[in-house]
Amino acid sequence: MNAQIHPKLVKDKQYIISRKPKVTKVITRLKKDKFLYMLLAPGVLYFIIFKFVPMWGILISFKDYSPYLGFWNSPWIGLENFKTFFMNPDFFRLIKNTLLLSFYNIIFAFPLPILVALLLNEIRVKKFKKIVQTLIYVPHFLSWVIIGSITLVLCNTQDGVISQLLFKIVGKKIDLLADPNWFRPLIVVQGMWKDCGWNTVLFLAALSGIDSEQYEAAIIDGANRFKQLVYITLPSLKSIIAVLFILRMGTVLDNGFEHIFIMTNALNRNVADVFDTYVYTLGITQGAFSYSTTVGLFKSVVGLILIQATNLISKKFGETSLF
Amino acid sequence: MNNKVRINNSLGEVIFDIFNYLFLIIFSLVSILPFLNILASSFTNDAEIRSRSFFIIPHHITLDAFKYVFSSNTIMNSIFISIFVTLIGTFINLLFTVTMAYPLSRKNLMGRSFILNSVIFTMVFSGGMIPTYLVVKSLHLINSYWSLWLPSAIGAMNLIIVKNFFEEMPQDLREAATIDGCTEVQILFKIILPLAKPMLATFALFYAVSHWNNFMGPLLYINDSEKWPFQIILRQLIILSRTATQLDETQIAAPQESMKMAVIVVGMLPIMLVYPFLQKYFAKGIMTGAIKG
Repeated sequence: MNAQIHPKLVKDKQYIISRKPKVTKVITRLKKDKFLYMLLAPGVLYFIIFKFVPMWGILISFKDYSPYLGFWNSPWIGLENFKTFFMNPDFFRLIKNTLLLSFYNIIFAFPLPILVALLLNEIRVKKFKKIVQTLIYVPHFLSWVIIGSITLVLCNTQDGVISQLLFKIVGKKIDLLADPNWFRPLIVVQGMWKDCGWNTVLFLAALSGIDSEQYEAAIIDGANRFKQLVYITLPSLKSIIAVLFILRMGTVLDNGFEHIFIMTNALNRNVADVFDTYVYTLGITQGAFSYSTTVGLFKSVVGLILIQATNLISKKFGETSLF
Repeated sequence: MNNKVRINNSLGEVIFDIFNYLFLIIFSLVSILPFLNILASSFTNDAEIRSRSFFIIPHHITLDAFKYVFSSNTIMNSIFISIFVTLIGTFINLLFTVTMAYPLSRKNLMGRSFILNSVIFTMVFSGGMIPTYLVVKSLHLINSYWSLWLPSAIGAMNLIIVKNFFEEMPQDLREAATIDGCTEVQILFKIILPLAKPMLATFALFYAVSHWNNFMGPLLYINDSEKWPFQIILRQLIILSRTATQLDETQIAAPQESMKMAVIVVGMLPIMLVYPFLQKYFAKGIMTGAIKG
């Protein structure tokens, strides 16, 4: 409680301001770091406006949002949108497409960089190691438009190099770009081409952080390269792999909007539609704001639940966890 | 692995080594052969592209495809737009990221953990495409280049890595400067930032590459075809197969196939130019810092 001070005493300054000590402390600290808070302001404002305010926007999935009525005046319809969504036959198609793509990615694209990093780590000629590293992460910096364009040009049924190659191997013409059966393998391979090299280099950096004394001791004890791999290298990688796996599970309903969008066409739409592109089509091109937000919300919430679940499982197994 | 310790390789290990080298050579080739082919195709004519299968060295060298690309107003305009958006965007990114990361690196700042935890939260949960779009719309940024610069002003992961970098800088420097009477402003600009140059350069490159490659932003927020950056035009040309004449109404006969190749090469050009620099800073272990963080 701030003390009530008699006006006469104020002039004499014979009193002690009985502010709570904590409040004084806070104000002093704020004043001392004034400059730092000024620096902080633009960034914090950015996060509030472009990250946290949209989180409130999720509420429009509970409303029948109309741009004319605006946010506050659009009628509240509760879980209507969710009911419509779950009963929509598209729902199962979306889940199937999204999950299948993610699982193929986890099975093929997740372990490959680890494997390549381990192999690369065994190379003792430094120059070779460096050249390989430089070459394999080049595709990472290309845009999906470029990668899609390269794919189109190479898989073009008329004169595309890859089409010609496939024809020689299999004997019949395969239209990789239009055939729904080839869509998922194509997407997974594209993703691997783009990011495997980059992820390999990240793992290599982690591997180079392992204490070389452990290896030296093992060599003295007579361990061959394979034993060194199993007993030193792999255990050191365990925590990183665990953390990355948790994060990967959290994004299992994400498929990379740009990637899928670029590769989707009228012929493969049935297998190509995933949550991300569905939200775009419905929301931006068709203007169904509320409904598409519902779809997006569903995706985000499931992702959050999955991260928590995988995190917990990781803890139970005694591994490092994210939080 | 210590190179100086000689191990007597068993036969199994020698065979492993051979297969290892082979595998890695194939892997590296697969990573770069597609562009070598496209690069070669961009310097030749349509007839050769159609008649030969895979090649890396063209027989007939011609610059027709590039001549066409550089003469097309639509394409050149979009390239300039992309360059403009990239330069300004990168500057904004660095400004916002560094100014936010520095205070967060001071461990005794009040509110620090709250802010950091909030930032990490945004990495696992987000409002989604539509709510973000509605926010941008309500700020009247649709069709403005600010819609390409502001919504992605700070990458949460980048922020954390930069913050870690500032944290790892020795305290003594700052303390010595304070004793000498420097203000906070002076410490930041005269001591910390110059030391952070390699890190700033690395992030400048990462942000620049993401601006150049940005497709979703312009797709969502830029409706005016005069303002479309290069990636959108690229998609029009190749993926939507708008022929060159539809796009431009030029009178020049457009070489179809090699023109596509040339446009792709132009799209990759900035990345390729910047790549040696990326290599240099990257290899210096910035990423090791990221992994530890």
